[in-house]
This record gives sequence, structure tokens and C-alpha cells, in this order.
Amino acid sequence: MTTLELRHITKRYRIRGAGTMVALDDVSFRLVPGRTLGLVGQSGSGKSTIAKIITQLERPTSGQVLLDDSPVPRRGRALRRYRRQVQMVFQDPFASLNPYHTIRHHIERPLRLHHIVPPEGVDAEVRGLLRRVRLDADALIDRRPHELSGGQRQRVAIARALACRPSLLVADEPVSMLDVSIRLGVLTLLADLQREENLGVLYITHDLATARHFSDDLMVLRAGKVVERGPADDVILHPRHPYTRALRDASPDPAQHFAAAGGH
Amino acid sequence: MSVAHAPARVTGPVLTVSDVSIRYDVDPPVDAVRHVSFTLGRGEILGLAGESGCGKTTLAYGIQRLLKPPAVITGGRAVFHDADGTDIDLTGLDDEDLRAFRWAKASMVFQGAMNALNPVATIGHQLTDVFLAHRPDMTHRERTTRAGDLLDLVGVGRNRLRSYPHELSGGMRQRVMIAMALSLTPQVMILDEPTTALDVLVQREILQQISDLRQRFGFSVIFITHDLPLLLEISDRIAIMRDGSLVELGRAEQIYRHAAHPYTRHLLSSFPSLTGERGSFVPRRPAATAAGGSGSGDPR
Repeated sequence: MTTLELRHITKRYRIRGAGTMVALDDVSFRLVPGRTLGLVGQSGSGKSTIAKIITQLERPTSGQVLLDDSPVPRRGRALRRYRRQVQMVFQDPFASLNPYHTIRHHIERPLRLHHIVPPEGVDAEVRGLLRRVRLDADALIDRRPHELSGGQRQRVAIARALACRPSLLVADEPVSMLDVSIRLGVLTLLADLQREENLGVLYITHDLATARHFSDDLMVLRAGKVVERGPADDVILHPRHPYTRALRDASPDPAQHFAAAGGH
Repeated sequence: MSVAHAPARVTGPVLTVSDVSIRYDVDPPVDAVRHVSFTLGRGEILGLAGESGCGKTTLAYGIQRLLKPPAVITGGRAVFHDADGTDIDLTGLDDEDLRAFRWAKASMVFQGAMNALNPVATIGHQLTDVFLAHRPDMTHRERTTRAGDLLDLVGVGRNRLRSYPHELSGGMRQRVMIAMALSLTPQVMILDEPTTALDVLVQREILQQISDLRQRFGFSVIFITHDLPLLLEISDRIAIMRDGSLVELGRAEQIYRHAAHPYTRHLLSSFPSLTGERGSFVPRRPAATAAGGSGSGDPR
């Protein structure tokens, strides 16, 4: 069982001529297997900086990232092992797949790089992964990204993330670029996989409604600071921090709207 | 501020769209809008909802006569009922009449408009441009005063007249676009995804502003977005579009409570409720361990 912990993470960016900008201010939390942590906040609140720090694309100014209580390695084989365990699904499925390569190639690569299965087992594994994300493996395996819809591409991106059998998944706005009618399908798929694999998931989003329904716990970030955290329903239904309340009240909620209108 | 007098015509439709079809004449041809009919009431907010590619933006462009080849209007009519009592057949306007009509009678805030401001011209310059083109008899001073009034009106403030677009936040730039759309006090304003790229808090402020301005000036709004929950809150009536056709049109509450078309119900169910019960489509989150099953109403 793998647990990822961010401990007192602070990230400052130096801005030329304007001092420093604090992107994250003493952020601590744990990602544990089998649970989804939702991270919500406005643009610029530091959500994606957290994702970058977890995936080692950025280093914190201070604080520690710990995987099972040991610091995350900065290079070499150990870093590769870390990356195998912590995978990411990005926002834009049109940008995260290479247009030159087939779907097969995208999913094969992590399998080969991390020696997940022996070479003769790669084809079967790729097909198995595509089926797991509910794609027709035979029809799509030799296609290229442009031949797929946005939803299909995002499923491929999820299959690629699952290929190295990670224990933790960071999903940064995984459905905000998709058409509305297929968003829930992709989120439900993520939730199903999370349960089947006992994954720890960090679900980063600005959408409070899906954050509530698809997370066990929620964390509200404002200007780099965690202002509120707790069980997802509590945070949304009974927010304690005024900022959480403001976010909630600004989000469209037809149920409340028509209930307040007196329901005639 | 000295903006327009209340319209003489205060009730009835301001726009009647009948049986409009638009085709992209490519190979094979794409029927982007198919036999669409609706009316827009005076002072009404009509929501137009649909997913990418359903034809909602093409329809708006058609009404504004902004389509370029290969898009062609293959049938139907759009008639604007001016407050002074005359009817204007938009489909039959020639270039000069069209130029006079656009922006003065019906304006539009385009999708991503906040990124369409000219980066090397000040906000004031871009706002006064509208008057230079449409109100040639206004003096320089009048134009500047009016542009300042508009910025005050949308909450940006006239002290921003000399700012460049990059000096404003996305929300402020979007307000500038709304100010620009308001500048000739049109009777119809089409807003195409005006708040999609903005944060919820900013979005809420801008929606409130649009609603206040509508109260004050009495213009009608066609509000285009894929965000159905948002439309349900702000619209008087909502039209649901799919594959170029309007599949349903009704009062917001009626759409919410008694949607008739399966596609409308599907769209509605695509948005989990923020504070309500989780629908059957949302997987139950097991409290601690994987308890299995798909029951709902999980009490915490």
C-alpha cells in the first residue's frame, strides 16, 4: 500500500522586478490508496503547481514529498520507480497524445520502459488495457489520435496511465475539455478503476459539483493556501470557510434555484 | 448617463426566426442548422444550449448575417421587429443596411472575445472606434465621455480608458467586450459562451451585471453555452439544440422539471447536482472499504 505525503510544501516563484510570488504556502496532505482527494480552487490558486510538484516537474522551495515515508528521489532508477507508481492524466487529450504515433505505441511505451510485461506479452496487455477503459481494442489499436473523439482519447490517456500499474493517479481537470454528455462517463470510468485497483486519486478541478460526487475528501485552495478540508459532502453542504461558501454560492445549482423560487 | 429612452414597443417579439437552415457547402455538405424556428421576446433571456458542433454558434452567426462561404443560408427568414414599429428582414438586407443594422440593433459578444481585443490599442481607443464608425457626428469629447460611461456601467471604471488589454484581467476584458456590445444600446444582444473561460466567482459577477443591465435597458439576450445548469438559473426560456435542430424549447423551470425530449434529459443528467442527491449515474463512494453494490443515498 503506497501513500504519498506532501509535508509543509511551499513554492515561491521569483518574478523579475516584482519580488516573489507565493504559489503554495505550507500545503500538507496525504494521498492514500482507495481514496479520492478532490482539490478545488480558482485559476491561479496553485492547483496545478501541486500536480507539478507531485510529478516532480517542479521542486518545492521548502517542504517534503514523501512516498511511504521516504523522500522522493530526484534522479536515476529510483525516480523512474517513483514515476511508475505515480501517474498522471492531463486536461487536454488533444495535446497529450502524439499525433504521429498509433494508440498501440502510446500504451506500449510505458509497458516496455518499465518492463511491466515480457515483450511477448505486450500486445495482449495493450489490448487488455484498452478494454479496461471500455474501448474497442481491435478497432482502435492501430489508429492515430486524430481518428478518435475527445472522449476516446482521454480513455487512451487513462489506459496509458494505468499501463505501469501505478498506485497513485493525479487527474488534473480530466474532463473539462470534453463534451458535457460524455464527462460523467469518463469520471465514472475513473471511479470504477480507482475502486478496482485500489488507487489513490488526486482529482484536481474547478467544478465543485463533480468534485463533491467523485471525491471522498475535498481540499479548497485559495492563493496557495488550504482554507478548508474535510469529507466532500461536508465541505460542499456545510462549508465553514467564507471562501468555500462563496465558491459554492457562485456555482450554478438549479435544484436550489428552483426550490428558492417557490416551486410553482 | 444619457442612454436611450425606453423602447416604444415594449411587448411582443423582438426577433422571429422561422425555418432557418444553414449549410456548409463542402464535400460532403454539412447541414449545420436545420429548419430552426423560434421567437425572442422583448427583454427576454433565451438560453441556447447544446454540445460542440450542434450548430448553436452557426445559428447565431446566421442571425447576425456574419456567415462566410462555404456557409450558406439555404432557407428561412429572420425578422427583427424594431422598437419603432418597423420590421427588418435580416435575410434580405444589403451590405449598407446590414452595416447600419449590426451593433446598433443587435450586437454580439463572441466566444473568446476577451482575447480578441487589439493588444496594441488602448481600451478607450477600441471603444470609441464603434462611435467613429456608427455615430460620425459625435465629437471626440463626446465619444470619450461615452466610452468612459460604458466602462463605469460594466464596473471596469473610466480610469481604465487608457489601459491596454494585457493590463486587465480576463474578467475585466470580458466586461469591456460587454461594454462594447452595449455601446449603441442594441435591442438584442447575443452572448456566445461569454463566461466559459472565467472562474465561477467572476462568472457570477458578470452574469449579475448582464441581468442588471437588461433590467435597466430592456434589451433581449440570446445566451449560448453548453453549461445547462447556468442557463437554467439565468434564462426565461431555454432552447436545446442537437445536430442542427432545436429538439426542445420551453420555460427554464419546465425544462428542468419536465423535459420532454430524451436528449434534454440526457443533458440534464450529465451535470451532477451541486447540493442535491447524487443521481444514479454517480457511483456510490464507499465510506471506508469497497462495500460494492451501487446503491445511493449514502449517509455520512
